[in-house]
Amino acid sequence: MKRVMVTFSDILMPTKAGLYCPPGDFYIDPTRQVDRAVVTHGHADHARAGHGAVLATRQTLAIMGSRYGANFTPAQQTAALGERHKIGDATVWLAPAGHVLGSAQAVIEAKGVRIVVSGDYKRRRDPTCARFEPVPCDVFVTEATFALPVFRHPDDTGEVAKALHMLEVFPERCVLLGAYSLGKAQRLIGLAREAGHDAPIYLHGAVEKLCTLYETLGVRLGDLRPVMKAEKDEMRGHLIVAPPQSLNDKWSRRLPDPVAAFASGWMRVRARARQRGVELPLIISDHADWDELTTTIEELRPEEVWVTHGREDALVHWAGTQGINARPLSLVGYDEEGGDHG
Amino acid sequence: MNRFAALLDRLAYASGRNDKLALIKDHFATVSDPDRGYALAALTGGLDFKHAKPALIRGLVEERTDPVLFRLSYDYVGDMAETISLLWPAKHGVNRVPELTEIVETLRETSKSDMPGLIAGWLDALDENGRWALIKLITGGLRIGVSSRLAKTALAQYGDLDLKEVEEIWHGLEAPYIDLFAWADGTGPRPEPDIAAPFRPVMLAHPVEDADFAKLSPADFRAEWKWDGVRVQAVAAGGERRLYSRTGEDMTGTFPDLIEAMNFDAAIDGELLVVRDGQVAPFGDLQKRLNRKTTSKKLLNEFPAAIRAYDLLFESGEDLRILPFDERRKRLENWVERLNHPRISLSPLIDFQSFDDLDRIRNDPAAQSIEGVMLKRGDSVYEAGRPKGPWFKWKRDPYLVDAVLLYAQRGHGKRSSFYSDYTFGVWRDGELVPVGKAYFGFTDAELKQIDKFVRDNTEDSFGPVRQVTHEPDHGLVFEVAFEGLNRSTRHKSGLAMRFPRIHRIRWDKPPHEADKIEALESLLPA
Ligand SMILES: [Zn+2]
Ligand SMILES: [Zn+2]
Repeated sequence: MKRVMVTFSDILMPTKAGLYCPPGDFYIDPTRQVDRAVVTHGHADHARAGHGAVLATRQTLAIMGSRYGANFTPAQQTAALGERHKIGDATVWLAPAGHVLGSAQAVIEAKGVRIVVSGDYKRRRDPTCARFEPVPCDVFVTEATFALPVFRHPDDTGEVAKALHMLEVFPERCVLLGAYSLGKAQRLIGLAREAGHDAPIYLHGAVEKLCTLYETLGVRLGDLRPVMKAEKDEMRGHLIVAPPQSLNDKWSRRLPDPVAAFASGWMRVRARARQRGVELPLIISDHADWDELTTTIEELRPEEVWVTHGREDALVHWAGTQGINARPLSLVGYDEEGGDHG
Repeated sequence: MNRFAALLDRLAYASGRNDKLALIKDHFATVSDPDRGYALAALTGGLDFKHAKPALIRGLVEERTDPVLFRLSYDYVGDMAETISLLWPAKHGVNRVPELTEIVETLRETSKSDMPGLIAGWLDALDENGRWALIKLITGGLRIGVSSRLAKTALAQYGDLDLKEVEEIWHGLEAPYIDLFAWADGTGPRPEPDIAAPFRPVMLAHPVEDADFAKLSPADFRAEWKWDGVRVQAVAAGGERRLYSRTGEDMTGTFPDLIEAMNFDAAIDGELLVVRDGQVAPFGDLQKRLNRKTTSKKLLNEFPAAIRAYDLLFESGEDLRILPFDERRKRLENWVERLNHPRISLSPLIDFQSFDDLDRIRNDPAAQSIEGVMLKRGDSVYEAGRPKGPWFKWKRDPYLVDAVLLYAQRGHGKRSSFYSDYTFGVWRDGELVPVGKAYFGFTDAELKQIDKFVRDNTEDSFGPVRQVTHEPDHGLVFEVAFEGLNRSTRHKSGLAMRFPRIHRIRWDKPPHEADKIEALESLLPA
């Protein structure tokens, strides 16, 4: 067993800058500036600017470019899903992670060993991105944002229906939906459209920017309008989408008597929802819930599970009870507790 | 059960009184009997299940979950009912969700030994929200920010009934309140329950305004102290003894020492107080006796309850409420004398010639535990509600203190984009120590100004709370009004203010001119 451990960490090891692959001399989602990075997805804690070279999906590169400017790295390398890239003595390819548009798992192969770094992922369907695909592997590196058995996200269509129902109950008000600007916002809009809601949806500037990018990347989101250009009265009975921090911000005063809603996996816990002053908590997350985390590990049954950012202790304990070797990787620099993109 | 669970869930997130009323009324309008009646019983605290205790439910979940995962989950969630409802392993294929009525009625009939299996079956059938509501229901104490009175108010509004009448008959009614809902729906008469010692809706007073005095003649009025306790009605008749709050909540179980003293056939209106050697204790002492399900001997000895009687409503089957105050007063004086019990004493009348006279007396009362004076017309009958004219309350002027804003917290609902809850402090040894919190007393325009000040002078923020600059020459001073002070071990300052509110914003005053803690300490009860 000990020999195996050594072998695996020859191929991938935790460092202060993030997970490092010695045979390929690159990092995955580095939290500090490095020479060569593989980036799983566009969330700011995973995708930082200033690396010497970045390999990622076309969409992730576009998201990084829109946040940091086109020159966020001197060398961009686009990797299509499943396309194999030789870096040093390692081979890297990307598989869909189902987290946000462009999100991918990084699959690293070297010396006959395969390690999959899931980045952030979810298993359920999302109208705005490709669905997670399980890749058999020796080591599975999993996130653990919602790794407690109290987190079981309900069906997302039911949650979106709650927000749409509020519009009917309060035609004089609006529903201000707090949602992380990248991914969650577009998914909610997509789900509302699928539920037959084709009225204009009003957007905060930060959300608008990313919705426009999604549209250029081929995701249709329907009639979207900026809040800044709208009259107060025309927004009555409509959905407004804004980053979570604007829920209680001065910005919201321009809205007609908003019902404060917040879409996040954290909304499962009442105290968390009340702490945010939320009137309508929607339990919708782009991260795997407890069942998704555990069924994925059961399905893959890897030699080892490495647990990154989140609630490592519960998942490591659970894996132990299933006879699966698991250990926490104490990586720092990723959003976990309370991150709005839950 | 799903409807009831949804109601509790919405109530737990609703912030305003009106929103809560609307939700409860909507429930009464859309849910049928007897489910809605049991919902009303749950909201008014009228359901108690002997065999279904928290430990039983905890035992059930421990049988089904890994102890480490349970502990980690509980550490994270912090609330047992919620942890269990979220953690309970879903059993797919169980889909017959029990109705509230079935749950309540079955719980009542089920023996202790059958209870675990029964509850486990329900938890399997319900979803997270339903499980949460079920656990709240059977372990008692919903704690969702709805008082029993609010639930009754919702019923009265729903049926367009007089709340006073609902309160009057309440104690003779039982869940699921079929007759009561029939009355509310207009399909049945007002229920006339047979209660030996019923609650009679109380008579309340308006605050007296300066302009009123010109129209009032001192000779028409009697004055008495307004004690700083809890207004109660003590009723004993036909072998039954009950102590009611002024809204008709039954407090009988909490005050066995008083109940024992109620060896009479009458209904009196008075003030519940803690009295030691004839001295009325501070309100904080009485608070130790309130809202307790059980009372220890020690508690009864340390905080002996008593009543200062204001009025006599019923005596030996005779309704005195139609008599003028002066006559009732005579009857009351005689009655208290005959009763001759140390726990039930007469609240004395105050001698006064003019309102100026009374004003002086009011602001220099005979005891700390006096809130002001009451003015009652000598010819006033005892009329339920708050009629304008016969009775006035004239509170003593509030205490005022200049305090410095330390922290501001975001409000709720309409105020969620404003910093509207303020923690303020006074000087102690060159440092500002928090002494209280207030979130009203200012106008909307003032709120905007304070909000701007908070945002422009934030030093630090923790979640919804901002720390506001408070240096000797830079900060915001509030003139805070409050009704009294108690000692408190929960606050760093050792003080707790009663009913604090922002009286004035002293934009003109630098923080170093704010008050020192000594100014407050001198007001503490000895
Ligand atoms: Zn992410
Ligand atoms: Zn992440």
